[in-house]
Amino acid sequence: MHASIAFWNILKKDIKNYYLKPPNISWGIIFPLSWTLMQLVRSQGSIGILGLLPGLMAMSVLFGTTSMLAVTITFERRGRSFDRLLLAPVSISTLVFAKILGAILFGIFNAFVPVVFASFFTDLSGVDWGIAVIAAVLIAITSALLGLLIAISAREVFEAQTFSNFFRFPMLFLCGLYIPINNLPQLLKPISFCLPLTYGTDILNATIAGNSIFDIIFNIIVMLAFAALLFYLCQRNIKKKWIL
Amino acid sequence: MEIVNVTNLKKLYGEFPAVNEVSFSIKQGEVFGFLGPNGAGKTSTINMMTGLSRPAGGQITIDRIDAIKDVKKVQKIIGVIPDENNLYDEMDGFDNLCFCASLYGMRKKEREKQALELLEQFNLTKTGKRPFKAYSKGMKRKLTIAAGIIHNPKILFLDEPTTGIDIESARQIRELVLDLKKQGKTIFITTHYIEEAERICDRIAFIVNGRIVKIGTVTELMESVDHEHKIKLQLDNGIEGIKKELEDNFSNCRIEIPDENSCLIISKERIALSPILQLLDNKGISVYEAKEIKPSLEDVFVKVTGIKASKLIKEKEKVGK
Repeated sequence: MHASIAFWNILKKDIKNYYLKPPNISWGIIFPLSWTLMQLVRSQGSIGILGLLPGLMAMSVLFGTTSMLAVTITFERRGRSFDRLLLAPVSISTLVFAKILGAILFGIFNAFVPVVFASFFTDLSGVDWGIAVIAAVLIAITSALLGLLIAISAREVFEAQTFSNFFRFPMLFLCGLYIPINNLPQLLKPISFCLPLTYGTDILNATIAGNSIFDIIFNIIVMLAFAALLFYLCQRNIKKKWIL
Repeated sequence: MEIVNVTNLKKLYGEFPAVNEVSFSIKQGEVFGFLGPNGAGKTSTINMMTGLSRPAGGQITIDRIDAIKDVKKVQKIIGVIPDENNLYDEMDGFDNLCFCASLYGMRKKEREKQALELLEQFNLTKTGKRPFKAYSKGMKRKLTIAAGIIHNPKILFLDEPTTGIDIESARQIRELVLDLKKQGKTIFITTHYIEEAERICDRIAFIVNGRIVKIGTVTELMESVDHEHKIKLQLDNGIEGIKKELEDNFSNCRIEIPDENSCLIISKERIALSPILQLLDNKGISVYEAKEIKPSLEDVFVKVTGIKASKLIKEKEKVGK
């Protein structure tokens, strides 16, 4: 009971203090919207909206979660308010769960901004939204944990942003969003299979665009394995780097 | 009964020993002070005791709990007030307190009641709805302390609680510490203000370069070093002309003249005053006042550590800037 009170209040504080701030809400809307428009203009109508949607959803989640979590945690660490959480009788796993849940919810919100826009231009009734939501949640979880992993290593906010980009951009180009994985050079293919976003995008591709490399169940299992691994690494690194 | 036991505590930063084989114990209900300059190992010790840092060696037991292995258990019964205010800038005073209480599993009604009471106790009721970033330094410090005690901890760790704040707020904080002591709380406090330690601590440890060099009650510390007996006489006239005669007559005494109408009689032994007064009377010099000058804790600190007390404050001021 004590842990759940702390968990809920950490989450509530993060949502109120960071995620519900007008600049972040507008960023959550403007970012996916501008990417959607850019892709539409670039393709000059040759790519259908359904073909673009999986990539846009994945990208929106990735950028939303990683940047927010890495920046907010580094910000709290710098102001030393994060010490308050470390000094409280709250286990590291409860703390990690509470911190990433806000980012996950923010990521899921970001993911469905392009969907809302797409619904004005195309028929989305054929999409299995249950699977799409699972994919968005799994991408949000792995991206949030990746953001946390970055936050653990960064001391300054600008460091966190730089580290985030170091991971995010290569991931975007290697996960099959722009270049289909089968068209990637042989040398880069194994890297692509080491990225959680590859499997998340594949689920979205399967359910929205109807084409995928792997089976949905296989993708979900791999995503869960990535989440477990990243969660373990976050916990280990927090103990190692934050409790010096 | 001892509630805190620290044995051979060690902390290394690379090869550098920040805390070196530190051992001490704190009795229940006691105010225990750590006094030392910057980099002496005060904050490193607190961090290890509260779970913010891992020791390289040694043992810490708090209320019979191993504070290294069962850190989360210990954190339930302790309150920590760090040297820097670490509340949330965007949140107001009331929400900050409620949030801190929630981390200890306090229910909504209970934490709101406690937050309101603390705001009142710290004279912060009027500013309770103002964001923390808009508070003055003294108000920030008071709210940080309130946040540290909102869950009613058994043991309180205060790291430099009065550094960088106005005199009135510092006085209020010292009163609060004594108040908490009256309520039976055990308090571990670090400070660089010698007179503050002297005023509020039951026992004090001098820490320099990661080692405790002296530990004891104020009286024990005073008695632990040899000191000279000093008596200051307030006179109606100067005694420059008879200084040598006085020293010749009282060979165990040394005379110093700090200003025109006073003199200091210094001796290794206790000073018998009446022969001196008689001699002065014979010379037609009236004595209006005789005052024993007792050694201060500052004198003891300087003698034991070789560090001037003023240096302690200057260092802190530099850091504060």
